[in-house]
Amino acid sequence: MRTKQMMPAFLTLLVCSSMMCSSLAFAGTVSGKVTYTGTPARQKPIDMSKEPSCAKQHATPVTTETVVTGPANALENVVVFVSSGAPDDGQVPAQAVTYEQKGCQYIPHVLAMHVNQEFKILNDDQTSHNIHPLAKVNNEWNLSQPPGSQPISKKYDKEEFIPVKCNIHPWMHGYFAVLKTSHYDVSKGGGDFKLPNLPPGKYTITAWHEDYGTQTADVTITGNESKDVNFTFKAKAY
Amino acid sequence: MRVFNSVYGCAGVLGLVLAVGVAASAQDAPDVGPKPPVAVKPMESHIGNLTGHAADAKSNYRRYCAGCHGDYGDANGENAVWLDPKPRDFTIASFKCRSTPTGTLPTDEDLYNTIGRGVTNSNMPIWNALSPHQRADLVAYIKIFSPRWEKEKAGEPIKVPAEPPVTIDGIAHGKALFTKLECWKCHGPHGEGDGPSAATLTDSKDQPIRPYNFALGKDDSRFKCGGTNQDIYKIFMTGVDGTPMPSFADVIQPNDAWDLVHFLRTLQVNRHGKENEVLSAAHGVIPPYVDKNPPPPAAPADSKPPGGGQ
Repeated sequence: MRTKQMMPAFLTLLVCSSMMCSSLAFAGTVSGKVTYTGTPARQKPIDMSKEPSCAKQHATPVTTETVVTGPANALENVVVFVSSGAPDDGQVPAQAVTYEQKGCQYIPHVLAMHVNQEFKILNDDQTSHNIHPLAKVNNEWNLSQPPGSQPISKKYDKEEFIPVKCNIHPWMHGYFAVLKTSHYDVSKGGGDFKLPNLPPGKYTITAWHEDYGTQTADVTITGNESKDVNFTFKAKAY
Repeated sequence: MRVFNSVYGCAGVLGLVLAVGVAASAQDAPDVGPKPPVAVKPMESHIGNLTGHAADAKSNYRRYCAGCHGDYGDANGENAVWLDPKPRDFTIASFKCRSTPTGTLPTDEDLYNTIGRGVTNSNMPIWNALSPHQRADLVAYIKIFSPRWEKEKAGEPIKVPAEPPVTIDGIAHGKALFTKLECWKCHGPHGEGDGPSAATLTDSKDQPIRPYNFALGKDDSRFKCGGTNQDIYKIFMTGVDGTPMPSFADVIQPNDAWDLVHFLRTLQVNRHGKENEVLSAAHGVIPPYVDKNPPPPAAPADSKPPGGGQ
């Protein structure tokens, strides 16, 4: 009788502890590489002569960043994220991400963030910028940021890929990727991405590029495993 | 002969295709036939003692507004293709003339004032032929097109402190701000709308847009969002949403903003006003600005910048 009563309690404890355990350290990882085929459009050099304080920061002329490539056909600035199946959709990271204006360029060119996550915009330049994210789903705003002013702190409450521009310096273009997940990565020079800490489950992984659009792949993680997913975009000639 | 035949044959087929195409497009033409009715949500507007009701504005909207703003408020009225700048798209609920911060909804009074004032340098006329009540009803009606009006409240109007007297020192300070904040990059060094970035500007619909030319016109020159000094104050503090004009609310202190207003008035060279009188009294010369209260270079100033900005 005593054992019978004990058993369910013991079982509950066992199940709870194993769940806690798994929520602390998921070993599932999706990683891979983003590449392109074909010949990407040539990026045009930017003439910053109208803004000498920025022009002198660049020893070699900067080009547009619509398509940035690396060695072995690697494609940069691709946002790779879990678009469905992610278990933590409601968890907003407490740490703010930053978007920097430096040498009249946006660093990073694509800033990924979670819905409702704080992001900070900094102006490191000796010139005024206006930050004008052309949001359609979220509310559109447009703020001036003269040199030496405080960082601008904002958040977006809906999922959206938002083009960002500075009207004063028309060559400045960037993107905010506002996502409903914290499982995301933005491909860097080698085209590599990594989405760690995924619990077992079925996922849809989406890769988004500002010019080449989106691609998706379905992945199933069963335990402590690492799955390889590669995305290949077809380059547009123009 | 053979060639002639085949060419003739081709033309015949082409003619047939065209005829069928024309017939089909006449049948499918989107402008012909009844459109699904617009569901009028029970929206209201409150301007002073006036209460506007969306349902009461339906016929006025269709008669006076839909031609440009569209039956569905999506800026796709039949005249829209001919207009520059494009009509407001009420489905995104982003408005140029507000007393509220950038990115927020305007107050009912802001919208009411825009209808009565019209928008200079655009095709939006002055609708003062409509009664105040009809205008209040229209303010309520345009809220049916965007769900934002059900989810959000209007922004908190920015505070406009009492206007200080115009002085030549204030104008000089305003000019220094105009230079420092780089207003001239778009509006030009003399406010003639010819700054280095002017030719590249586009609005949120990717349409080219001109920066305001202060020097045009005389006493009748109007600004987009009203002609009083308070209106000018609000334009640069709130920004003109949907255009390249940003908000300076976080970077200009209230009294500095008044100095900027007074300087901007002097750019209206043909306008008679107290600002140009003060400038004439100074023989038309704006003296170089000298900061009488430079910020102390000590460390505490860095940890707490004056005014904070946010």
